[in-house]
Amino acid sequence: MPAARLEVERLAAGYGSVGILSDISFAVPAGGRLTLLGRNGVGKTTLLATLMGLTTHKGGTVRIGDRDVTGLKTFARAAAGFGYVPQTRDIFRSLTVEENLFTGLKGRPRTELDEVYAMFPRLAERRNHGGMQLSGGEQQMLSLARTLLGKPQVLLLDEPLEGLAPVICDQLMETIVKLARSGEMTVVLVEQQIERALDFAADVMVIERGRIVWSGQAPQLRADRELVDTLLGVGIG
Amino acid sequence: MATLSVTSAPQSAAAGLRNDLIAAAVIAVVGAIGYFVFPDDLAFLIRVIGLAFLVISLDLVTGYCGVATLGHAALFGVGAYAAGNVCLAGVTDPILMLLTGVIAGTATGLMSGLLVTRFRGLPQLVLSIAFGQLVAALANKLSSITGGSDGLAGIAPGPVFGVFNFDMFGRTGYIFSVIVLLVTMVTLLRFSRSPFALMCRAIKDDTLRARMIGVAVYPRLVVMYCVAGAVAGLGGALTAINTGVVGLDSVGFERSAEALIMLILGGAGNLWGALIGAILFELFHHYVSAASPFHWMILIGLLLIVVVLFFPKGLVNEVTRRIGDLRQRRAAR
Repeated sequence: MPAARLEVERLAAGYGSVGILSDISFAVPAGGRLTLLGRNGVGKTTLLATLMGLTTHKGGTVRIGDRDVTGLKTFARAAAGFGYVPQTRDIFRSLTVEENLFTGLKGRPRTELDEVYAMFPRLAERRNHGGMQLSGGEQQMLSLARTLLGKPQVLLLDEPLEGLAPVICDQLMETIVKLARSGEMTVVLVEQQIERALDFAADVMVIERGRIVWSGQAPQLRADRELVDTLLGVGIG
Repeated sequence: MATLSVTSAPQSAAAGLRNDLIAAAVIAVVGAIGYFVFPDDLAFLIRVIGLAFLVISLDLVTGYCGVATLGHAALFGVGAYAAGNVCLAGVTDPILMLLTGVIAGTATGLMSGLLVTRFRGLPQLVLSIAFGQLVAALANKLSSITGGSDGLAGIAPGPVFGVFNFDMFGRTGYIFSVIVLLVTMVTLLRFSRSPFALMCRAIKDDTLRARMIGVAVYPRLVVMYCVAGAVAGLGGALTAINTGVVGLDSVGFERSAEALIMLILGGAGNLWGALIGAILFELFHHYVSAASPFHWMILIGLLLIVVVLFFPKGLVNEVTRRIGDLRQRRAAR
């Protein structure tokens, strides 16, 4: 499946009776790259979870391409084209690396695995290891690789670099950038490392208390340190 | 012991085929040993094989899908009653009787699965017990088709393939049972390596994560329950063919609970664990209850505590893991 446009309109959501997000509207063109920025606890993760149908929907719509997926359950959204790599980088613990990857295939032939092994040679080396025997970075690679095997139209990445060694961050980010630039999928990235995030994205959106408070182009934000300070409370290092 | 690592072995087709052949050979050899070394205990061994089907079936839902159930004997018992009834109605061909058991077991698995897999945790456990008790109560009440508390007697299957008659020593019955077990086991080992079974294990690990990669969880669990029902029904039918009687105990709560104990003993999530657990439990039961008719339950309790304390993942899984560790250490040297 080729990349698809992601369109969110007046989305509101929360957990149970608690509302967290309100009036979220944005669109990412097919093959586009969007970064979500914001301080801790402002609703970035909740926004990705809402796109996957994991929260309580309170209004608004989500579209992939021409398809309205708002009413769909989580598994159906995944089938409709979303690929989600959550912050917790959960992998199936009792399965080996290779078995974990098989679960991401969605019925396509097993030879497709070679593609991700080429992308992550480390996983090829550890293909028969159990999920629990992997380091944090390897788990993150596995989680990402499994999602990529599903050929998502829209890839949602929630802080993929959190807690990883800088050298692994570089490798992983390089892979993600390559993927995004290829135009094969639309990518939405949540990332705390602002410098890397701005390198990655064309478009940036800043969230504050569940609302979009700023959106624009990455260079624009990079050039305006004062704005960054106001919005995010940190300078670019 | 190479066969014991089938679930974690590399997944190439050639390795899979080799594992299947080894599995078939192991069952055939162990079966032959049983036949020649214990010619007077064939009835007992036949009973063990019948129960093994129930435990293997339980493993498919509990070990592979993480479904907690204490009502699994219902699937076994309904298969047994169905096979008994068609035999009494005149269909005495053993293969057709097995087929009837499979169909009845699958149907019961479907009903049970639709109900039980809708929930998780305690509600699931309670529902499984309720379903099991319901079937047990029906078996007691519907005496016209189950014989009630007297049991369904007079089941006299015809010869296998019209040639091999069931004899009073259980020789035909034993060989027939071993062959059915062998075929079932090899089929299920293949099945356990399929993407479907893999996804079931993924669901057991993390249901939410499975949903996030696009898996519709409920339908898969129901399908797995149907497969488990087929296997349990097959075991029930086999037991009915061999013993000629189906009693209320075959659907009872105690049978369900014992099957779970056998599974924990051998190791859930591993088909060999289920098979070996059933054999070990029944052997222990057989010899200990003969030696000490009044205290064997105490000893079984103690055995279980020891196993859970020292082999929390079951005997087979633990032994496989240690062999794996040993190999790794040797390879590292």
